Amino acid sequence: MWKWLHPYAKTENAYQLCVTLQPWLWVSALVCLAVGTVWGLAFAPQDYQQGDSFRIIYIHVPSAILSMGTYVAMAIAALVGMVWQWRTAYMSMIAMAPVGAVMTFIALFTGAAWGKPMWGAWWVWDARLTSELILLFLYIGVIALYGAFEDKQQAGKAAGVMALVGVVNIPIIHYSVEWWNTLHQGATISKFDQPSIAPEMLWPLLISLLGFAFFIGAVTTIRLRSEIVRREMHRPWVQKLAHETSENS
Amino acid sequence: MNPRRKQRLAVVGIVGLLIASAIGLMLYALNDSIDLFYTPSEIIEGKQGQMPHVGQRLRIGGMVVPGSVSRDSKSLAVSFDLIDTGPIVTVTYTGILPDLFREGQGIVATGVLTSATEITAQEVLAKHDEEYMPPELAEKMKGIKHEKPANMPITDASSSYQYDATPKLESNSKSKPELEPESKFKPGAQ
Repeated sequence: MWKWLHPYAKTENAYQLCVTLQPWLWVSALVCLAVGTVWGLAFAPQDYQQGDSFRIIYIHVPSAILSMGTYVAMAIAALVGMVWQWRTAYMSMIAMAPVGAVMTFIALFTGAAWGKPMWGAWWVWDARLTSELILLFLYIGVIALYGAFEDKQQAGKAAGVMALVGVVNIPIIHYSVEWWNTLHQGATISKFDQPSIAPEMLWPLLISLLGFAFFIGAVTTIRLRSEIVRREMHRPWVQKLAHETSENS
Repeated sequence: MNPRRKQRLAVVGIVGLLIASAIGLMLYALNDSIDLFYTPSEIIEGKQGQMPHVGQRLRIGGMVVPGSVSRDSKSLAVSFDLIDTGPIVTVTYTGILPDLFREGQGIVATGVLTSATEITAQEVLAKHDEEYMPPELAEKMKGIKHEKPANMPITDASSSYQYDATPKLESNSKSKPELEPESKFKPGAQ
């Protein structure tokens, strides 16, 4: 069933896939981000309670959702690396880690900036905020652990274990607002119910979410390409590639 | 799948399951301490059989009872009642309230329990629900009229939002406070 995936266990094929995907990801990311943010920030109606301040939702919610999404993708890559032992699995894991960490930081930062005027506090140690902060520490832990080993195969294994263990935090973040009393409100769109947001506000949010996803994909392909080239420096195909690039320039 | 991969997958699965259940049990044991605040009923009836004692520093979260906000005309002192499902706790506070503070709003206050049903707060935070909608729709569905704070008459500082006192509000206002995230949003349901 998953036969079509197998070629990408080889670094050369994965590199080529990144080269093919990259322009499409960039174009989609730029289009979606431009449409989503301009629509959301300039044309969507004001909120009945929060007025214009609610517009930070068009940055906060996509980055928060994708900070969790990227972590899950990273953990899946770690699982593939552990069980199927693909060479490219740990490489894509570590390619995603800093991108996800930045998304988590953006979510925390925009959340604080939103919380100050609306709630009256930059930070509260409630379950949602604290578990999202732990997510940031998990990302940093994965990056640090990977950097701590000289042998990158070993590094991938260690960081992969950490990424997999940390995945228990994802459902905790998502359900924290239901399981405990928190200052953070409940889920608006990521629930099995109708979204609690008016359609003319929801559309730009979904487009912005897509834009963030494409953007993460685009940055990840760049990072994966450079990671592959760095690790496979001595392979003939990389050396050929390097020659071709230097001749063209 | 070849047997070695199968074995590795099983090991990863079992270890993952063990870690998940360990953390699950830990969180279950910590359940009460993870809650950010007491609700008014937990203060009056006790939480898990334990009554909060007078003098205890705690957080309370509840809905501001409409009509209960009273302000001192000379200072920033204010007092209001909080409710969740029945019992009412009175909060007194001196300071600037957040913009979203208004009657019927969920708020979280940090302070000291001064008597069984009274709290002196040092910090008041506003909690808002997960619903977002344009002002016109809110007026139609909830009977809440949005007015910019700048247009407000200074004397009436109780709220930047006016509840119009029509029977519509009665029929639409939730009998339950909005602390539980389960409000339904149905545009055009009216």
